[in-house]
Amino acid sequence: MRLQKATRFALYAILDLASDPEKQFSAAEIAERYGISVNHLSKVLRSLGRAGLVEAVRGAGGGYRFTGNAKRLTLLDLVRLFEDIDAAPGREPGDATPEGRALGGVLEEIHDIARATLSSISVATMLKLIAEERRKAGDGLPAVAE
Amino acid sequence: MPHQNSSIADGPEAALQVRPAEPSDVPAVIALDAETTGLEKPAYWSDLFERYGRRRTRDRVFLIAEHAGQPVGFIVGEVRAWEFGSPPSGWVFAVNVRPGARQLGVGSRLFDAICACFRQAGVQTVRTMLSKDATLLMSFFRSQGMRAGPFIELEKSL
Repeated sequence: MRLQKATRFALYAILDLASDPEKQFSAAEIAERYGISVNHLSKVLRSLGRAGLVEAVRGAGGGYRFTGNAKRLTLLDLVRLFEDIDAAPGREPGDATPEGRALGGVLEEIHDIARATLSSISVATMLKLIAEERRKAGDGLPAVAE
Repeated sequence: MPHQNSSIADGPEAALQVRPAEPSDVPAVIALDAETTGLEKPAYWSDLFERYGRRRTRDRVFLIAEHAGQPVGFIVGEVRAWEFGSPPSGWVFAVNVRPGARQLGVGSRLFDAICACFRQAGVQTVRTMLSKDATLLMSFFRSQGMRAGPFIELEKSL
């Protein structure tokens, strides 16, 4: 499963900011950490602000900080802000044939599992997984490859 | 059945105890299950207590979380070996926490306790199976570090 660029940027930003809700980071700082476009990330952060998940702090040392509930906010909630993951797929040639219907059933199975997985993982759980990846890296084991 | 929403939030965490199930816990387990599922299953839980509580072994575990003398949660599981070609592993097949006592670490204490039992029984893996729609429960198991395992459940209408 591939996520759109805006969704990935939003996930990076939320996970970065939620790791220390007391701190604030600028879009440029977050963009640099992940090697992503600061302009695109700024647009994503504004969307996250409108959703009430981050707050822009003005002034010297200003930036963004996480204002959501890490235990309640799931990956599916974040994906839904940027992608219509629940929409029925558009009609494609051959969909009405037995072959097309069988293929559609298999793809729906995959989609169901993806949706259930995303809905079950909170930001707090992701932060635990990230800490585990950091621990492995500290032990000399490779972190998850990009 | 009356809620006891203040039972844990008002008391020190140390007051929460996890212990093996006793015969006197069965009515509370039935009520707690009925409270969250909307279905009362006395025969099922009585039978489960007989097999996992009264006749408990190192491989069969039925634990109760108790606060101020009242059960506020339970967990049930066992070590199973060689089903589906799997080496011995611990299976959790029931866990429940009183709605008023959630978000207070009761489920985590129960899960940690049953994992300790499984480790003592000599297994290194814990598994469970649940509905794709059981978002709350799946989130709980995910928060305990559980991830998709090497098995996939398949079924067919008969």
